[in-house]
Amino acid sequence: MKENTKVYWKGLEQLTNSPDFVQNAHKEFPEAPPEENLDHSRRDFLKMMGFGVSAVALAACEAPIRKAIPYVNKPVDLDPSVANYYASTYINGGDYCSIVVKTREGRPIKVDGNALSSVTKGGTSAQVEASVLSLYDNDRLRAPKSAGKNTAWEDLDKAVIAKLTEINAAGGQIRIVSNTVLSPSTKAAIDKFKAKYPTTQHIQYDQNSHFGIAKANEESFGTAMIPSYDFSKAKVIVSIGADFLNAWGSPIENTKQYAITRDAGEGKNDISRHFQFESNLSVTGANADYRSQLKPSEEGAVVVALYNEIASLAGRATVSGGVEKNYLKKAAQELWANRGKALVVAGSNDKAVQVLVNGINNMLGSYGVTILPHLPVYFRQGDDAAMANFVSEVEGGKVAGVIFFNCNPVYDHPMGDKIGAALKNVSLSVSTSYKEDETASMTAFLAPDHHYLEAWNDAEPKKNHFSLAQPAITPIYKTRAAQESFMIWAGESNVDYFEFVKNNWKNRFFKGGNFQSFWDKCLYDGVLEMPVDAASVSFAGNVSAAASAIAANYKSGAAFELAIYENGTVGNGSQANNPLLQELPEPITKAVWDHYVLISQKDAAAAGITNPESKTRYANVTANGKTVKLPVLIQPGLAQGVLAIAIGYGRTKAGKVADGIGENVYPMVTMTNGSLNFSAAEAKFELLSEDYQIAQTQTHHTYMARQTVIREFKSIDVKENPEILTKSFAPKVATWLDEDHQVKPGELSMWKGHDYKNHHWGMAIDLNTCTGCAACVVACNVENNVALVGREEVINRREMHWLRIDRYYSSDAEVTDWKGLEEASDNPEVVFQPMLCQHCNNAPCETVCPVAATTHSTEGLNQMTYNRCIGTRYCANNCPYKVRRFNWFKYHDNKQFEKSNVAQTSDIGKMVLNPDVTVRSRGVMEKCSFCVQKIQAGKLTAKRERRELQDGEVTTACQTSCSTGAITFGDMNNPESKISKLLKLRPANPDRPYSIDKIADNPRAYTVLEEIGVKPNIFYLSKIRNKDSANA
Amino acid sequence: MFLERVPKTSNKFEKMTSDSRFVASALQPDTKPDMTKHTQLATLKFTFLSLLLTVLCSISFAQDIPADPAAISAGESLFNANCKTCHRVHQKLIGPALADVYNRAPSIDWIKSFIKNSAGLIASGDAYAVNLYNEYNKTQMTAFSGLKDEQIMQILAYVQAETIKGPPVAAAPVAAAGGSGDAGSGIPSSYLNAIVAGLVLILVLLVVILGFLVSALKRFLDQKDLSAEDKELVHSPITSNSILKSAGFSFIVIFFVVALGFKALINGLFSIGVQQGYAPKQPIAFSHQIHAGQYEIQCQYCHTGVTKGKSATIPSVNVCMNCHNQIKEGALYGTAELSKIQAAYDNNTPIQWVRIHNLPDLAYFNHAQHVNVGGIECQTCHGPIQEMEVVRQHSLLTMGWCIDCHRKTDVNSKGNAYYDKLVELHNKSSKSAMKVEDIGGLECAKCHY
Repeated sequence: MKENTKVYWKGLEQLTNSPDFVQNAHKEFPEAPPEENLDHSRRDFLKMMGFGVSAVALAACEAPIRKAIPYVNKPVDLDPSVANYYASTYINGGDYCSIVVKTREGRPIKVDGNALSSVTKGGTSAQVEASVLSLYDNDRLRAPKSAGKNTAWEDLDKAVIAKLTEINAAGGQIRIVSNTVLSPSTKAAIDKFKAKYPTTQHIQYDQNSHFGIAKANEESFGTAMIPSYDFSKAKVIVSIGADFLNAWGSPIENTKQYAITRDAGEGKNDISRHFQFESNLSVTGANADYRSQLKPSEEGAVVVALYNEIASLAGRATVSGGVEKNYLKKAAQELWANRGKALVVAGSNDKAVQVLVNGINNMLGSYGVTILPHLPVYFRQGDDAAMANFVSEVEGGKVAGVIFFNCNPVYDHPMGDKIGAALKNVSLSVSTSYKEDETASMTAFLAPDHHYLEAWNDAEPKKNHFSLAQPAITPIYKTRAAQESFMIWAGESNVDYFEFVKNNWKNRFFKGGNFQSFWDKCLYDGVLEMPVDAASVSFAGNVSAAASAIAANYKSGAAFELAIYENGTVGNGSQANNPLLQELPEPITKAVWDHYVLISQKDAAAAGITNPESKTRYANVTANGKTVKLPVLIQPGLAQGVLAIAIGYGRTKAGKVADGIGENVYPMVTMTNGSLNFSAAEAKFELLSEDYQIAQTQTHHTYMARQTVIREFKSIDVKENPEILTKSFAPKVATWLDEDHQVKPGELSMWKGHDYKNHHWGMAIDLNTCTGCAACVVACNVENNVALVGREEVINRREMHWLRIDRYYSSDAEVTDWKGLEEASDNPEVVFQPMLCQHCNNAPCETVCPVAATTHSTEGLNQMTYNRCIGTRYCANNCPYKVRRFNWFKYHDNKQFEKSNVAQTSDIGKMVLNPDVTVRSRGVMEKCSFCVQKIQAGKLTAKRERRELQDGEVTTACQTSCSTGAITFGDMNNPESKISKLLKLRPANPDRPYSIDKIADNPRAYTVLEEIGVKPNIFYLSKIRNKDSANA
Repeated sequence: MFLERVPKTSNKFEKMTSDSRFVASALQPDTKPDMTKHTQLATLKFTFLSLLLTVLCSISFAQDIPADPAAISAGESLFNANCKTCHRVHQKLIGPALADVYNRAPSIDWIKSFIKNSAGLIASGDAYAVNLYNEYNKTQMTAFSGLKDEQIMQILAYVQAETIKGPPVAAAPVAAAGGSGDAGSGIPSSYLNAIVAGLVLILVLLVVILGFLVSALKRFLDQKDLSAEDKELVHSPITSNSILKSAGFSFIVIFFVVALGFKALINGLFSIGVQQGYAPKQPIAFSHQIHAGQYEIQCQYCHTGVTKGKSATIPSVNVCMNCHNQIKEGALYGTAELSKIQAAYDNNTPIQWVRIHNLPDLAYFNHAQHVNVGGIECQTCHGPIQEMEVVRQHSLLTMGWCIDCHRKTDVNSKGNAYYDKLVELHNKSSKSAMKVEDIGGLECAKCHY
C-alpha cells in the first residue's frame, strides 16, 4: 500500500525549520509583547485601589435606568427581534451579486447570496459579505457639499443647474465618468440628462479592465462583447494568467460552475483537469492540478505556443512565435482529446492575445458549449480607449463639465494624477461618490449617492437576466440617489427613482396581467430572467496578425518584470476602508493590513532576503516611471524574475481604516496595444536597509503532525487502487489484550459515549471544492460579531477569527530529499483547509476547564459560556486544533481599536452587530459555536409550527456563504439529511442509533487528527488532485 | 352608582372610583400552577372531614350544597378564579368573609341571585342586600351572570368545606395560594424566645458555677507552696480591663465581626443585579390593573410579539390609539395621562418607557419559545400583572430561578410533532413526564451565546 508521503508546510519558515518558527510553534501562546512599564508605584496602587472600591460601590447601586422605546406607528410586517429578509442586488461598479439582506429592526446586519439568481446562484464573495459594514462606514459623507462646506440639496442643485445651463449655452463639452453601469434604469436616467445637455458623453472605465476581450470579440465575431463562460461544462480548463476564481470575469459565477466540475463525490475520477500558466500564485492557480510559471511578458507567447500545438493537432496552419513551458504540450493534447468539453481563458487585457484565445477555443469547439457568445455579460463595459481620450480631453481643457458618477479615477485609473491636476481648470466638477474620496475631494460639488443597501436600483449583469435592488434601510445620512440628481439637473419634474425604475420595468419587461403582482414577484425574487435565443458564431479573427502583434509588443529579458494583480481581500480598493477586508488573511500570502511586493524564493536568496516569521525589509520598486516603497514578501510559486504587487492599496482619502496602508500601483499600469496592461516588462528592484514586519497569519496556530490533517490523493492513484483512500493512513492504537491487538483510535475510550437523542449536528468540508476564497471567514465575522484587532495585535498572534483557512504548500518530494523539496518550494502545490472548532465529542478543552465554562450539549455542540469563563486559557492550551481565541483586550468601546474594530467602537458601526450574539468582553475565551443562534432559531421555527425540523433549514454562516458548496452542515441523526447521505453515515453500533459514534462510509471522509481519538463532529473529504503521475 | 362591564363611552369612566375597581374579578391564570396541589390537599382533608360533615349537615339548612370531593375541588378552582380577588373564606377583604354564608344569608337562592346580579337585587330594595351594600361603603360587586347555578353550588361546597375546616387549618392553603413562604415552617416565636431565655439562664448558671470553681481552685492553690510569680498569677484580679485585653475575648469579637461582615458581603454580592420588585415610575401612568384586570384585555392584544419572537414588544402608540381614539378620559387621571399618548401620536415622538425586566446581554430569552411553544401563562413569570397598578418585576430573573423552572416544568409536547421522537425516546427510558431538563434545558448554549 502506497502511503501518502507528501510533505506539507505552512510557510517557508516551516520548510526550512527556522529557529524562530520552531520556537513559536512549540509555544502554546506567543510571548507577551512588552507592555507598558509594569513597575507600579505605591501611588498607582492606591489609585487602583480607590478606583476598585468605588467601582464596586457603584456596581452595588441601582442598575442604570434603561429605556424601552417602541415605534409610534409599527410597520405591519416588522416585529422587533424578528429578522426580515429582502432580496436585493450588490452592485459595486461592474461587480455584481444577487443577494438577500437580513435586517433586524430596520438595520441590515448580514448579506447572503440569492439562490434564485441563475447568474450567481446563491454564491457570494468576501467583498459582498463585507459590504454590509461599508454601509456603516464612519467616513461616509453626511450631506451634500459645495466648495468644501456642507450645503442643502436645493442650493447645490441650483448651483449645478446654473453651471450646466451656462456650459450648455456656450456649447461646452460635458462628460459623465463612471465605472461599468449595470443598471438599465440608471442608463435611462443618464439618457434624460444627455437629452437635456446634448454635448454630454458617458464614459465608462473599469479598474480591472476587460476591454481587450471585448475588442478581440469584435474582431473575431463582429460584436464587441464579453461572452458568458460555463466552466461547469468543461472537462479540461486551461487558464493563462486568468484568476477566474477571484478577479477575472464573473468570479462568483465562475466559482459556482468550477465547483461542479471539481466535485469528486466518493472518489470518482471524472473531475475536470485544470492547467494554470501564471506568474504570481493566484487563488485560481492554487486550485489547479498542473501549474506552470511564466513571466508576464510571456503570457502572449504561451498563448501562441498553445495555439500552435492545437493547430498542429487539428491540422491547421500555425503562427509564428511561442515559448516552451512545462505541461503545455500535455495541456494541448488533453484539450484536443476533450474538444467540445474544453475551455481556454487568458487574463491578458490585450486584444491580440484574446484573438488567439478565441482562435484556440474555436478549434476546440468551445463556442456554444463552454463559451456562450449569445449570452453576453455586462460586468465590464469599460472602454480603455474612451477613457484615455477623456484624459487627454480634460488635460487639453476641452471639457467644461464633468460628473464622476460613483467612481474614483484619480485613485484607480493609471492616469488619475493627470485627471486630478486638470480638474482645477474644469468649470463644473461634480462627484456622486458616497465618500469624499481622492476624486470627490478635488471636485467642486459633492452630491453623495446612497449606499447600495439604501437605494432602489436594477441591474442587467447578463443579457436578459435582470435584477432588482431595494433599500433595506432608510438612508442614514442626507444622501440622494445619483439617478435622481441626474434627473433633477436635467430639469425633470418627477424624479422619484423608485417610480422611475418601476415604470421602466413596466414598460420594458411587463407582458400583461396584473402589474402589481408582477412587480411584487420580481421584488420578492430579486431577479427576473428571460430566455435568450441561442445563436452560433463564426470565427473571423486574424491569428497571424495577432501573433505578430504579440511578438512586437512583448519583450522579455529584463532582470525583473512586474505583475500587477488584484487580491482576494481588498480587491480593486473601492472597499478598502472596510476593516473586515483589511483583516481578512489574503488567501495565498495570509497577510493582513499590509501591502507588499512579492518576490520569488530564488530572487530573494540572490538578493539576500529572508523573512522568517514575516520579518522583512523595505524595497523600492520602480516601473513605468513610478517608484513605490514596500516591504518584501517571499512568495513560493511566484515565477523567478517577477515581482508582484496588488492594486487596491495606497488609499489617501478612503477613511481612517485604509488611509496610509501601502502604495497605489495603478499609476504603474500602462497602455499596450490599445488597452490597459497590468504588467511592466522592466522593473527595478532596490532593497533598502529599513526593517519591517508584515502582519501575516500563515504560521499562527501551527499544530501537531500533518499526516491526518491534510489528506490528498492523485486521481491516477485512486483509479489504480481505490482502497488507497481509506487505507493510506489508518492509525491504530495498541491495547492490553495482547501484543498484536490493535484498534482504531476512536474505539478506545474512557467514556461509554453519550446518546444525542434529538439532533447531532455535524459538518462536512470538501477539500476538493474549497477554493480558499475566504468568503466564509468574513461571513463568520459578520454573523458572530467577531472583533477585529488590528495590525499590531495580529503580529502578536492574537487575531480573533473563529474560522481560519489554513493554506498548505506541498510537494511530492520525499521528506529526506532536500534538493527536491527546495525545488518544489519554488512551485508548490497548494491545499486550503478551513479550520474551525471541530466540536469534538470527546473534547479535550472541556475536561480541563476548571469552571465548566466549556461543556458539551446533547446535540453535539461544544458550548462556550463566556460569562462563566475566567480566562485560564487551559482550553486553548489543550485544543489539538488551535481554534480557540482569547480576548486579550476589551475590543468593544475601546478607543485603542477604533481603527480596526469599527463595528464595535462607534455608534454607527454598532448597527451592524448581530443582536442575537453576545459581544465578548476582555478575558474570556471564544470560538466557533456552529452558529448556535441559527440552530436555536431554526428549531424554534419548527416548534412554533408544530412540525419536525427539516434538513437544510438550519445553516451556518460559513455554509451559506460558500459559493462552491464545500461546506455541508446538518443533523447527522437524520438519515435523510444531506450530510448523512454525503458522508454515508451509519451508527457504529446499530443498537444505539443516536450514539455519538458514527462511521462515515464515504471513502474520502476523514477526521483531522483521528489518532488522538477526540471524535470530531467535522468530517473532511480528502482532496483529489487530478494528476496522472508524479512528474508528468 | 352602577357600572356596566364594558363601558364604551367616557362618561362611564368618569364615575369609576378606585375602590370600585375590585369588581373586576381575578383572572384564572393566577392560581393555575397551584391547583393540583390544592386538589390533593383537599382530597386528603376530605377523608378526615367527611365524618364530621355528616353530623353537621343535619343541623345546617344547606342540605342541597354538594359535599363530594369533586364538587369541592371544582368549587375551589371557581372560587380562585372568580372570587378570590375580593373574598376569603375566613377573612374580611374587600368583600365579606364567606364562612358560613350559606347559613347567614336569607337563602341559597338569594345567594345565587346576588352573585348573578347584585345590582338588581339592591335596586329591588332587598333589605339584606341593601344593608350589605351600605356596610361595604357602597361598593358594588361585579355581576357574574356567566356562572351557572351548579357552579355557584360548587363554590358554596368549597366554602362550606373550608368553613367546617375552621380558620387555623384553613389558613394554610390560602397563604400558600398567595405564594408567600412555607406556611408549615417551624416553631412559633414565643417558643423561640423561651428557648433563648432558657439558654441564657443556663449560661448564667454556668458562669456562676465556673466562678465557684475558680474560687475553690484558688483556695486549693493557696494551700500549696507556690512561687511568687505563680501567686501573682493566681491572685491577679479579674477586672473588666483584663477581660477586654484577653486573647479569648479579642478572638470572639474579631470572629463575630468577620463572620457578620462576610455574611453581609455574601448577601450583598448575591443581590447585585437582582431587581426583584423594581417598579419604576413610567412616563405615562399606564395601569395594567385597569386594562388587563378590570377590562380583561388579552395580554397579546398589545404585546403582539410574544408568540413570534424574542421580544414580547411594548405596544407601539398606534395600538394604544385603537381604543383611545374613542376613550379620551381615563378612570384614574382623567385626561392627564391619555393626552400624553395623543401627543406622542400627533407629534410622532415615541414614548420612552422605562424597562423593568432587564436580562443581561449574555442571556438569551425568547418569549415565543415559552409562550407559544411552551404554553406558559404570562403570570407565571410576571406575577399577577392584572393586579398591578404600577408594573413591578415579580420574579428574581436570576439564573437559579430559570433553572429551577426548567427542572420542574414538563415539556408542552402535546400536539407538537417536533417533540414526538423525543417523547418516544424519553418514555422508553423513564416513567416520569419529560421535563425541560431532560431535553437539554439546562445546557449553557440554550441561553448563552
